Amino acid sequence: MGALDLTAIRNDFPILHQEVHGQPLVYLDNAASSQKPNLVIDAISDYYRQDNANVHRGVHRLSQRATDAYEAARGKVRGFVNAKSDKEIIFVRGATEAINLVAQSFVRPMLSVGDEILISHMEHHANIVPWQMLCEQTGAKLKVIPMTLTGELDLSGFDTLLTERTKIMAIGHVSNALGTVNPVKDMIAKAHAKNIPVLLDGAQAVPHMAVDVQDLDCDFYVFSGHKMFAPTGIGAMYGKQALLEDMAPWQGGGDMILSVSFEHTQYNELPYKFEAGTPHISGAIGLGAAIDYMNMIGVDKIAQHEHNLLVAATEKVTALDGVRIIGTAQNKASVLSFMIDGVHPHDVGTIFDQQGVAIRTGHHCAQPVMQFFGIPATARASFAFYNTMEEVDALVLGIKKVQELFA
Amino acid sequence: MSSADLRDLYQQVIMDHNKKPRNFHEMDDANHFAHGNNPLCGDALVVYVKLTDGIIEDLSFQGSGCAISVASASLMTEALKGKTIEQAEHLYQQVHAQMTGEEFDANALGKLEVLSGVKEFPARVKCATLSWHTMHTAMDSDHDVSVTTE
Ligand SMILES: Cc1ncc(COP(=O)(O)O)c(C=O)c1O
Repeated sequence: MGALDLTAIRNDFPILHQEVHGQPLVYLDNAASSQKPNLVIDAISDYYRQDNANVHRGVHRLSQRATDAYEAARGKVRGFVNAKSDKEIIFVRGATEAINLVAQSFVRPMLSVGDEILISHMEHHANIVPWQMLCEQTGAKLKVIPMTLTGELDLSGFDTLLTERTKIMAIGHVSNALGTVNPVKDMIAKAHAKNIPVLLDGAQAVPHMAVDVQDLDCDFYVFSGHKMFAPTGIGAMYGKQALLEDMAPWQGGGDMILSVSFEHTQYNELPYKFEAGTPHISGAIGLGAAIDYMNMIGVDKIAQHEHNLLVAATEKVTALDGVRIIGTAQNKASVLSFMIDGVHPHDVGTIFDQQGVAIRTGHHCAQPVMQFFGIPATARASFAFYNTMEEVDALVLGIKKVQELFA
Repeated sequence: MSSADLRDLYQQVIMDHNKKPRNFHEMDDANHFAHGNNPLCGDALVVYVKLTDGIIEDLSFQGSGCAISVASASLMTEALKGKTIEQAEHLYQQVHAQMTGEEFDANALGKLEVLSGVKEFPARVKCATLSWHTMHTAMDSDHDVSVTTE
């Protein structure tokens, strides 16, 4: 497998070629949101310049072209996660909306008082709060798979957490705060052995690795476009067709109906049943273009290059005195969270920024993870395939600069 | 240039107050106190005030935060001890003005001028003002209240 042509790749991302505070931008905040290649930017602007119209609603030419492009994007998403049918791909605003959709449309009708929802200690708030709200609405209980000091799921008591009252298990495929890649395939098999459906939050997985929902056998898989080189405001939810067929719609409106009278409304078929109102057409087209781009580069090559970056960064940061890496799981993707002794992460972020290095500092919408480690926040570098070994060195230099200032 | 700005932000006095915050403890006989939170970065502190006849007899704080928020809180406790409510209120206005680029009374600020470097870092103004907002809220109330900045 050949290495990536980073010069060519970086030339596809216009935003990377700029200075921040007089220094070349080093963008290491990809877990928060990724940058967009020309292919995506052009797909969106071409759509507005040439094809813009509403979808599924007109006989005129532009409407047909918009509909074709929107549905072609759905086909690309289907291929990207290897779903069986386009009917299993619902366009949503992002991972957050998809989790709320599953919580309200799939899980809520099944719940009675005392039923259980199983999540883990390392979830993003987007995979905690919708379930807590559901618990409040129904009297169900939230159960949490614990975590170890290395930032891996502690599965020693997993079997006892899967009970006859568990109505769904909702787990992050990759942790945004720690980078841990969870052993989701095994976990799904165990849950299914007890007839428990599983939702995977793939927001931090899809930018970094090939995902095959049929191989994983998950019931739902959700992700956001903006973390995988597509625009904000668009994401996708995969759901097994049989489950989606039985679910009630999530929102009502246009597009999701076959016929409406004041006595009775007949819902549209899949996937339109879950896409009420005019969708984010240009966003879906942008997401399709991002998938084209990732496929052009090669998802396996992306994974390999990022792995090399993460290994190098981990080695170099580990070699420094006075720095602690938070999240040292065996199997990680993209993320290096760290603490510098005696320095609050927020100060670290400011000093990095002054050197043109964008990292994220804070609780990363994973406050339970911070509570577990007894820290208020971390500094987090997260890599994408357009990052280079030189940028790994900029990260190490940044840490040294912080230590110098705070010596 | 950026390094110079950084040195303005992280002046010696700030670093010193961050490492050894003054009046950094709970206060049993406080008659006013408030919680301050900056959920964005996880700064969380409590400000305790002992007010007697309109004078700040004692002032302390507890909590955790970045260097800027800890140093600002520490400097505040030093600056306000022994001041009247009106004087404290005036200083509060001046500190705020200094950091948001409005006109302010440099004489009144004294040592608090070391916080002026913050104005070059808009994302950090909230760190520096958190303790001041919290103090302000504490004085206005005789029960526990919370302030949130974001
Ligand atoms: C693991 C994980 N889940 C869910 C989300 C929520 O994504 P969005 O805000 O795009 O809906 C994020 C985003 O930070 C995430 O990292």
